[in-house]
Formats: sequence, structure tokens, C-alpha cells
Amino acid sequence: MLEAHDITVHLGKRRILHGLSLAAAPGEVTVILGPNGSGKTTLLRAVTGDVPAGGRIALDGADPRRLRPWELARRRAVLAQFARLAFPFTVLEVVRLGAEAAGEIGAAAAARARAALARVDLAGYEGRLYQELSGGEQARVQLARALAQVWEPKGPEGPRWLFLDEPVASLDVAHQLQVMEIAADYARQGGGVIAVMHDLTLTALFADRVVLLEAGRVAAEGPTAEVIRADRLARVYGCRIDVTTAGDPPRLIVTPVPERRGAAAGARAGG
Amino acid sequence: MVALSEATGPVAGDRRLRARRATLALGGLVLVAAWAALATGAAGVSLPQALGRLVTGAGLTLQEQVVLWEIRLPRLVTGLCVGAALAVSGAVMQGLFRNPLADPGLVGVGAGAGLGAVTAIVLGGLLPPALAALAGIYTVPIAAFLGGWAATLILYRVSTRAGRTSVATMLLAGIALGALAGAVTGLLVYAADDQQLRDLTFWGLGSLAGASWPKLAVAAPVMLLAMAGTLWLARGLNGLALGEAAAAHLGVPVQRMKNLAILAVAAATGAAVAVSGGIGFIGIVVPHLLRLATGPDHRYLLPNAALLGAALLVGADIVARSVIAPAELPIGIVTALMGAPVFLWILLRRRGVVDL
Repeated sequence: MLEAHDITVHLGKRRILHGLSLAAAPGEVTVILGPNGSGKTTLLRAVTGDVPAGGRIALDGADPRRLRPWELARRRAVLAQFARLAFPFTVLEVVRLGAEAAGEIGAAAAARARAALARVDLAGYEGRLYQELSGGEQARVQLARALAQVWEPKGPEGPRWLFLDEPVASLDVAHQLQVMEIAADYARQGGGVIAVMHDLTLTALFADRVVLLEAGRVAAEGPTAEVIRADRLARVYGCRIDVTTAGDPPRLIVTPVPERRGAAAGARAGG
Repeated sequence: MVALSEATGPVAGDRRLRARRATLALGGLVLVAAWAALATGAAGVSLPQALGRLVTGAGLTLQEQVVLWEIRLPRLVTGLCVGAALAVSGAVMQGLFRNPLADPGLVGVGAGAGLGAVTAIVLGGLLPPALAALAGIYTVPIAAFLGGWAATLILYRVSTRAGRTSVATMLLAGIALGALAGAVTGLLVYAADDQQLRDLTFWGLGSLAGASWPKLAVAAPVMLLAMAGTLWLARGLNGLALGEAAAAHLGVPVQRMKNLAILAVAAATGAAVAVSGGIGFIGIVVPHLLRLATGPDHRYLLPNAALLGAALLVGADIVARSVIAPAELPIGIVTALMGAPVFLWILLRRRGVVDL
């Protein structure tokens, strides 16, 4: 279990998070949703220890702030929104950093790095220089690095965790699906996944639980179908959003609806 | 394709084997440079003949003993240590600042260490006798270390905000620190007597000519210890290449590592400056060439930098001693002539690729 109680974050004198609480279970994909500035990324950073925060955090019963860095690194990996690399490492060398953080060395670390690259559809990229890849490819390399760090979803000390900050932001639609499937698989095998997302459709498709933030507070929390509701999304995001169910098995379909230009768009479609 | 490359050679993207081969080659280069340094000099002493007499038990002539044992060998060992220390300091500092242009000589750390040393030379007599006796021959190296340490700390505080280093700020802060250290050094020159002035001139130029066993006995352990300490930093510096937050998530104790890195750089640079004055560009050229050849993995970069730095500085010293023999050039001139163009070349290559 990841439990966070009464998390408060100040940036300067401004309070970003107002004592909010969060619980996420291994075996599930928990998505943190919310409009720009609602505090999603700040909440994730508070939980991963990247910003100083008040409140209590427990990762499977242990306070991550009290674990030794290398112990914590074997329990959870963090994928930040963007990582700029200072030196010309190859793709393999970047991903190997994750495997080495997990204690793998030598050929075993390289083998795990190759497997992680294959997992994100980047087999054959091992010898390329990271700095020469496109933004989307770099994002997938970073995901492979995080995967290589917590490769087995369950370890001797308990479940392992992936913290993902907007993991699909720079990806094309096929790789968005692929990354979300990797996250869902990881959870299905017993690991924990906590992801900050903007995309409502992907969230509806892949999240088991959703934490919806609004202005630094939790507006709603619970199973995806209970949180993703048209009236609530409309209130939090301030625009019309349709939520329907379709397909077999039934899937939630989330569609933002342009209000002012709705008539014009309809006319174009009709004409 | 993948299977084929696995069967026939090292894995794509894995440069460890290349880096290990480079270590062997650079070790050989150090030996060659060492031999050349011992064999070269103004005095007409033949190294093969001397070694032949040593092996056959005939013993060295007095001239050979003095030239080889008292002049060339301490100078060689000093060159090896200082070259290695400067190159490793550069590599560590570049890893710490996440930038290939950070170099102790360029950003004022060398100037800070130099100021410390000059202060010790000129004002050392003002120390309480008990303290002076305690510090003894270590006074100058300790002062150089403190100066370098203070400069590194100031530099890091000024140029790094929230884990990100502004290179422009770093270089400008380095200029400011260098100017400040230069001005204070200038003030001290007015307070110096004749003997002290002669000592001071030596700092400005940078030279291995003052090398001696007693000086080495003080400085070499500091340099070797600092370099050995950096081996513990290698993995952390690799993680730091991804940024401080990412390094922490990889299990690197970031703050402790940064403190140790600053300490090691200051100690190595301080000790190097204490024995040889200000020698520039080794710390920037050596790591850069090695990153191009074998990649930036610090576990290999740091030891290889030590070897290449040692060989390069000894080579530069041979040039400095032979170009206008029997007189000699300050070695700082030689390293600057080699290093400054490389520095410009790095800037040209980075222009438009990465913002400075």
C-alpha cells in the first residue's frame, strides 16, 4: 500500500496542496487527474520526496523518507516528465543505470537493459546516443530505465512501484496505448502504478482508481467509473465533457464537447 | 542482426570493453611518457646506460644519481600525480555541474587554491607559533586546499539553483572569483619580501621545476587519496547525469555525494596547485577526449582520465623542457597552447546543439 495522509506543500508562501490524502494499492493502476495547476505533479513529487511536504507517507508500511536511498530505489522507480541528459550516454547505458540501481551488475545489467528496451519497442536502439533521439523516443528510453530498476513487479520486500509523471505526454497514439498497457501489465502482476495523467480517454481505459484533484484538494477519489462522471468532470475542468459507455466489454468513452463552435462543427460534418 | 552482433562482438551500446582496452593502452602511454621524461633533459645523462649500470650492480655515477634521482624522478612523479589529479578533478567537477565545460582551472577553483597558497607563503609567519609548528610543511597545501574548497563551494552555491546549474552563471562566477583571487594575490605581493616574491612568481607561471621529494611527500598522498575517493563517486556521477532528482530515485545519496565531490576536487586541485602552481586545461581536455572515445561512464572515465592526464602532463613537461633547452618554458604555457583550442572546439561543437 502507498498511503499519504494530510500532505501539505508550500511553494514560497503559496500553499499548493491543502492537506490531501491518497491511498493506492499494489495490483492497481492509480491515476492522478486534474486541470493544469491543480497540484497533480506536486502531489506526485511530494510522495516521491522531490519536494518538501508536510504530512505522513507510508510505502508498504515504511516511511520512504527514512529508508536508505538504495533501499528505496529497489522498491520504486520514478519517471519524471522530462530528463535532460548531461553527457553522451548510449541508450543502453541510460537504461543500464536503472538495472544497476536495482543491484544488477555486468552482463546481467546489460541483459536486463536490453529486455527493458524491447519492452518499450526500442530493440535495436541500444547503440544510439540518447541525446540524438526524438523527444518521444527519449521518453520511452526513460520508461525502460524505470522498468529496468523495478523489473520484477514483486520483490522479497513486497510489491514494487512505478511512479509515472505524464508518461504518455510526448508519444504518438500507438505508443500511448503501449505505455499504458505496460503500466496495466505491471499492476496485473502485482506491482503498484501511480500515474499523473492529462488524457481522460486513456485514464478511463486503463485506470483502476482515479484521484481527481481540484485546486490542491481531492475533488473525488475512487474506482474509475465512479470518479469519471460527466457532471463532475464538467465542474472540475470547466467545460462540457460527455461520458458514455460503449463496446463489448463495455468501455468508458470520454469526449470533450466544444460548446460555442459545436454548431459550426456539426454543420461541417453535415455538409 | 542483433543475434549476429552478440555472437561476433560486444553488445551494441555497451562501451565497457572499449573503456577497459583504453585503460590498458593509456597505462602503456604512461610508461612511454615516463621513460621519455627520465631520458630527456639538459644534462647529458643516458638513461639506458644508467639503468644498465644499475642492473649489472656497477652503481650510478654521482652525476646520474643527482640528475635522475634528485631532479628527473621527483619531477616525473610530480607530473604524473598533478596531471592525474587535474584530469580527475576536471572530470568530477564536470559530472557534478553536469557540464563538460566545468574545469577547476577555468572557474576559479585553481585561482582560489593559488590564493590560499600565496596567503600561506606571505602571511604564514603571522600564524601563532604553536599552530605553525603543528601545520609545518603542510601549511601551504592546507591553505591551497582551503582556498580551492571555498572557491568550489561559492561557485556551486552561486551557479546552482534547485539542482540545475547555469553554465553562464558558473563561468561568470568563475571569472569573478578568479579576478578577486588575483586582486588579493596582487595585494599580498606588495606585502611580500624578496624571497617570498620569488616563490610567488612560481605560482603565476605554473611549473614542475620546483619538484622535490619533500614537497611530493606532502602533496602526493593528498592527491592519491582524493583520487581514490572519487572512485566511490563514479556511480553517483553517472546518476547525476540524469539530474539530481533522478539520481536520488536511482538510490544515489545525492547531497552526501556532492559534498564529497567538492571536497575531493578541492583537495586534489589544492595539492596540485601547491606543488606546481596554476596549470590549466588538463582538466577539460582529458575528460572530453575520453568521453568521445569511450563514453561518459564515470567508472571508466575517472581512472582513464587519471592515466591520460598523467601521460599528457608529463608529455607537456618534456616539451616545456626541450623546446628552448637548456632554458625551459612554464608548463602552463604548453598546456594552454594545447588546451585552449580544444576548449574552443568544444564550444563550436556544442553551439546550436545544447544551450550553454
